[in-house]
Amino acid sequence: MRSKLGYVGFVLLVAAVIVAPTVSTHYRTFQLAFVGIYLIALLGLNILTGLTGQISLGHGAFMGVGAYTTTLLVVDHGWNNLLTLPVAGVIAGIAGLAFGLPATRFAGPYLALATFAIPLSFIGLLKRFPHFTGGTLGKQLPSVHPQFGIHANSSVWIYWVAWVVALVMFVLAFALVRGRFGRALRSVRDSEIAATASGVSTAGVKTAAFGISAFFCGVAGGLFAIAVTYVNPDTFPIDLSILLLVGIVIGGAGSLGGMLFGALFVEFIRITWGPWLLDAFSRLHHVNTRAPGSSLVVYGVVLLLVLYAAPAGAAGLVRKLLTGRTTIAAWARHGRAAADDQA
Amino acid sequence: MQQFFQALMTGLADGAIYASLALALVLIYKATEVINFAQGEMAMFTTYIAWALMTHSHFGHTLSYWPAFLLTLLIAFGFGVGLQRVVIRPLERASVLTVVMATIALLVILNGLAAWIWSPELKFFPSPFPTSTWVIGGVHISKQDTGTFGVTIACVVVLWLFFRFTKLGLAMRAGAVNPGAARLLGVRTSWLLALGWGFAAVLGAVSGMMSAPTNFLSPSMMQATLIFAFAGAVLGGLESPVGAVIGGLGLGVLLSMLGTYVHLVTPELRLPVALLVLLVVLLVKPAGLFGRVVVRRV
Repeated sequence: MRSKLGYVGFVLLVAAVIVAPTVSTHYRTFQLAFVGIYLIALLGLNILTGLTGQISLGHGAFMGVGAYTTTLLVVDHGWNNLLTLPVAGVIAGIAGLAFGLPATRFAGPYLALATFAIPLSFIGLLKRFPHFTGGTLGKQLPSVHPQFGIHANSSVWIYWVAWVVALVMFVLAFALVRGRFGRALRSVRDSEIAATASGVSTAGVKTAAFGISAFFCGVAGGLFAIAVTYVNPDTFPIDLSILLLVGIVIGGAGSLGGMLFGALFVEFIRITWGPWLLDAFSRLHHVNTRAPGSSLVVYGVVLLLVLYAAPAGAAGLVRKLLTGRTTIAAWARHGRAAADDQA
Repeated sequence: MQQFFQALMTGLADGAIYASLALALVLIYKATEVINFAQGEMAMFTTYIAWALMTHSHFGHTLSYWPAFLLTLLIAFGFGVGLQRVVIRPLERASVLTVVMATIALLVILNGLAAWIWSPELKFFPSPFPTSTWVIGGVHISKQDTGTFGVTIACVVVLWLFFRFTKLGLAMRAGAVNPGAARLLGVRTSWLLALGWGFAAVLGAVSGMMSAPTNFLSPSMMQATLIFAFAGAVLGGLESPVGAVIGGLGLGVLLSMLGTYVHLVTPELRLPVALLVLLVVLLVKPAGLFGRVVVRRV
């Protein structure tokens, strides 16, 4: 968002958000609400992965922490569901800091492997303490009703709540990454040695990025729980964490605006785009496209193709289309720095 | 005392499986500086291949256990080498993070493919060892656990001998320590990376086939094992193959002891405990029990 292009893009986004529910069915509006929710999670994960260069395979679980916080506050303590969102974010953020503090001692890829343990451990903990969490059965939230005297369909209401929060979080993410802190994040990604030499505390920056990203995911998780009105341990499987990471790469790691494409991908690949691609494929080769696992194969292959062909993701393609300049992928820069060191 | 030895034996059998996968992780890391996230799914996939060799007829007959086991190891080797050549090699000049993302893509694809081809339902996987036990001094020692332990440790020893005493093993170690110098001395480092993937796939296949009789065969069977293996590798010191084996065994024993003596620790808490071990080791002794503190030169 360094150029005017970014501001124009943001205004277009706000306009699209306002227009979309008036031209969509209620079902499609409900889907678009989830795009907003995933956008919040991706914005958070992008701060850690895209800007700081630390891969996490565990942020679905921080969404889970937020979702359970909201659920417990609403169901067991009778809170208004919207008021639980900041708490969901803060609790998830604290969980993120608690994990990030030791785990950021890992060099790059090892951190990712450590985070792989979070979703599986989270599910284990949920099942171990059923009196608190509802165990395997999970917990049911009350159905959604519009508040503040507004009369609207519940899907449309959820859409507005999700997107107002998403746009606020978008501005927050922009404010966080544009200044000194954002430069510190990028310096850790591009060269930890140079960052340290310039007085950046790499461990501190990584831990902070971990906490902030978990905060975003916690808010997204709270909204998720309100929207689906039901949480159980299987709501936040490891697949969700992986899908969030895939969304970052598809959208364009390091780019705020790119996360919108990532969020669209995350919401639509499994139920809409994936089967559509498979149907196109099965016209050439006869395969059972409705078999379990087929959607995983599709988005795995899409991810690989993006890594080969467009490592800067959708954001990189859009920028090339508009400005004619090729963008080097956020993580490719990391590799270039390393290659230059050796040369 | 009897209960203690019982827990020890169970722990060692579990630990042997963690140890073999931990060793595979450390091997690939030492050879390529890449953590292979698909390691667990590769193990799962090759275990399905072993299952298919044993249960479906190929060229008119099904294989019995040991021929299928050996054939699977061969297939796993080719599979590992092939994946490196086809998927990872085009990214040779890309950053480590891109390669890591590619292994995550592999994880997703293999997981989906296994469910697609063989359906996600749990499957029974045979064990070559009898289910009976020996009773020594009141302790029941399962023949299956002993066999698992024996096979795993044998593979680890063979691999260690290869790295320690063969010219190819030396070349692989050289390629890992200093790829540039090794290349100048005529070592074909690119192919050695593929070999590394091949060996790691073989180790993974062993751990998959050894854990499947107790864990059952399913597309997600190795996810938890991969984390236990990683925690074991961290406990032992990530850069040390010997440490990986001892760490894996140690973690297996620790979890078994906790499960026996601490009532709070139910099977659901095994993974959270492993994660806790991992984090505590990082806080207290980041280099692990057998690792060296690596100083990086600018």
